Amino acid sequence: METVLQQLINGLSLGAIYALIALGYTMVYGVLRLINFAHGDVYMLGAFAGYFLANALQLDTNPSIFGAVVVTTGAMAICAGIGILIERLAYRPVRHHSRLTSLITAIGVSLFLEYGGQVVFGATPRFFPQMVRSEIYSVGGVQITNQNLLIIVVALLMMFGLRFIVQRTRIGKAMRATSYNLSVARLMGINTDFIIAFTFALGSALAAAAGVLVALAIPRIDPLMGLMTGLKAFVAAVLGGIGSIPGAMLGGLLIGLMETGLSATAYSTYRDAVAFAVLILILLVRPAGILGASGPEKV
Amino acid sequence: MSVTNKLLATLVIVALLAGVNYIFEYGFGDFLINPYYARIVNLIGINITLAVSLNLINGLAGQFSIGHAGFMAVGGYAATYLTVYYGNRIASFVGSTLDAGFGASVVMVLSLLTGAVTAAAAGLAVGIPSLRLKGDYLAIVTLGFGEIIRVLILNIPAVGGATGFTDAIPITNFFWIFAMAILTIAIVRNIAVSTFGHALTAIRGDEIAAEAMGINTTRYKVLAFVISAALAGIAGGLSGQLFANPLNPQNLNFVKSIEVIVMIVLGGIGSITGAIIGATTLTILPEALRTFDQQFPGLRMVIYALLLVLFMIFRPQGLLGRREFSLSWLRPRNRQTAGAGGV
Amino acid sequence: MIETSSSSVSWLLDVRNLTKRFGGLTAVKALGIQIAPGTLYGLIGPNGAGKTTVFNLLTGQYSPTEGEIHFDGARIDGRKPYEIAKRGVARTFQNIRLFADMTVVENVLAAHHLRTRQILADAVLGTGRHHAEEQETLERAMKLLKIFDLDRVADKPATSLPYGSQRRLEIARALATGPRLLLLDEPAAGMNPQEAQDLMRLIAWLRDEFRITILLVEHNMKVVMGICETIQVIDYGEAIALGSPREIQQNPKVIEAYLGGG
Repeated sequence: METVLQQLINGLSLGAIYALIALGYTMVYGVLRLINFAHGDVYMLGAFAGYFLANALQLDTNPSIFGAVVVTTGAMAICAGIGILIERLAYRPVRHHSRLTSLITAIGVSLFLEYGGQVVFGATPRFFPQMVRSEIYSVGGVQITNQNLLIIVVALLMMFGLRFIVQRTRIGKAMRATSYNLSVARLMGINTDFIIAFTFALGSALAAAAGVLVALAIPRIDPLMGLMTGLKAFVAAVLGGIGSIPGAMLGGLLIGLMETGLSATAYSTYRDAVAFAVLILILLVRPAGILGASGPEKV
Repeated sequence: MSVTNKLLATLVIVALLAGVNYIFEYGFGDFLINPYYARIVNLIGINITLAVSLNLINGLAGQFSIGHAGFMAVGGYAATYLTVYYGNRIASFVGSTLDAGFGASVVMVLSLLTGAVTAAAAGLAVGIPSLRLKGDYLAIVTLGFGEIIRVLILNIPAVGGATGFTDAIPITNFFWIFAMAILTIAIVRNIAVSTFGHALTAIRGDEIAAEAMGINTTRYKVLAFVISAALAGIAGGLSGQLFANPLNPQNLNFVKSIEVIVMIVLGGIGSITGAIIGATTLTILPEALRTFDQQFPGLRMVIYALLLVLFMIFRPQGLLGRREFSLSWLRPRNRQTAGAGGV
Repeated sequence: MIETSSSSVSWLLDVRNLTKRFGGLTAVKALGIQIAPGTLYGLIGPNGAGKTTVFNLLTGQYSPTEGEIHFDGARIDGRKPYEIAKRGVARTFQNIRLFADMTVVENVLAAHHLRTRQILADAVLGTGRHHAEEQETLERAMKLLKIFDLDRVADKPATSLPYGSQRRLEIARALATGPRLLLLDEPAAGMNPQEAQDLMRLIAWLRDEFRITILLVEHNMKVVMGICETIQVIDYGEAIALGSPREIQQNPKVIEAYLGGG
């Protein structure tokens, strides 16, 4: 029973990471119908941004919560900027081209960030300094590290923050309008270019936060870390219903739990395949995802 | 072209290929082919097969699939498996050995056949459920299948697992590579100008309208998918049994699928000549930049990625758009509307 | 539901109790349509009345929640669109759906070609193509285009045509499949009154020339009054009147539901 609870905690914290990244995918798909392949690499850049910030603040010698907050917000800000840049330079020029073209552009940006990362940061992995002194709490026979706790709590806070922005603010309303129908939103006077940039900024910030948070639990970072994780987070977004924000959160948690669950069994080498198997299943059974809206195509 | 003409053309081509193959292996008098260049030419041939076969489903039928590497893997591994575990027996059964031309050829044919059939079966298994979906969803589902195939192969020790299928016996040569490349081009071109091909382009144009005009869209899509997969399997079989080029699951992932997509997009999606040009360019380019790569390690791929993005922004229709290079035999039969009917 | 005489006349299209629900919304309710061969039948109603949904039910895009559809004696509800098309039901679309990146003549050829089955081996090996047959098909396609005054633009990309021409092309394409029943979904939409009248005359002529049955959907009453022999009016998915144009014009329910729709 303890192992189950243990795995539950691990699964939830992994799921929280996936959820944060999945949100970026789902929001961008919502407004642009674009699968932002480069999003996983923004997560990677967030981790690296945090790495350099943390080292600049010398957090490994003086770990502190305050320092961690600064690092996280700093990384989020930097990646928000990167997200805006990517949208402006790479995606906006192809916005009116075919979907295939946009998809390939996104792939190109992703490859650019990965290979560029290898050139700039070097391919050898680096180790994120410990931002917070590690502690382990024992609750009913289950070991919970404070990292796990931090990841889950911070991720939850961010998700609530996002939900607040989207549901309760004017800009959030504009985001929702744009995602329903971009051309109509523009006709209603919404500055859709700004909203799209804002969406990218928001999603990228969340991915950056995920990058810093994950480094708490797994300090090893390298320029290709966004590849698999990004892909799985994308699966999570589709699972929950691409375009749906609560869907991304749900999908992320589910994928995290499933992956952790499988790791604990004898089939752990197939762990990577789980996400894809789930993806295929959901697309065949209910393509709109768990919380997505489904309906017959208008003829 | 009449049937006799086609037969004659085939014989001529076979003779030519055999001739070039001989030169590749034994040289011409004192002239020996630089093995480095020979290898590039061979890789071009394999990539042409990959690109043209992908063009059948992505270009002609307009179904966006990112799973091509998976079929290359399935076919390649099946083909290589046959040679490695049964090659010697087959060769001696026909009174030859694997080292001799005849024995190797027989094994090669059977090997590629095995690759084609297994890849086709995989194509059927993937195609039937996936082709119900459209656009982005189809893309992701095929990507998912490709990755699952890769992970499954990774877990089979008999074919080498993570280190790759290094036991492969190098029976691939210029002749087989280009024989298959030409076969692929012929098949895809024949389909393009046939009723089947027109059905595919109608499906690409508007699937719902095509269905309303009496086309069983599912059947045609799956058929194109299966043929495309089979050809990719052949490419895999050729690739994995090329000297010092073992199949490795790490290399047969969705990045590889995307590389093939880039080849056909570069040339112009839907154009067979475009696919050939794209495959050739993208095989040569990394090699041409290799010296550059030594001075600035890693920058080569960064430039590749940058060029890809710029290409999409400024020339998304590719070098040839949907047109074929104007060799009339490559272009669908010209519709002479000026002289027909209308009075 | 309007009572129709269930006599022993064999209807080409016989629809009974057709109902379609999307979740909580009932788009079509207990609709009955009986069309005799050779009739020009009009289905009219204000926007949102469910006319296109009826079309989609008839052509297999949707499956009815309840009810039956019989075409030429056989039951076709629930069948796939291509099966229904093969049986002789062709349609046009409210939002034009031409085959993109094909020329005008290619669009028509596609519809014609596809009724011929081809063995896969022939396709792959490049055999079995008969030049004479193809020429004949091409001539037939060009003749069809000439009827719609599209022969001069045969080699232009289909989507480069003006809107009205695209609509006519869609009809030509549907005719190329050699149907017994032609379903036209708002064919005059977006046309000026003169164009619409010309089109209506063309449609009536097509019925006579090709000896087909035509079911026309329109929300513009004037356009339909001139040529349809039988008209059924629906609103909110339900039938509210059925009869000849004169009867319809004088029907108080119709007047109430919507007159002045054109």
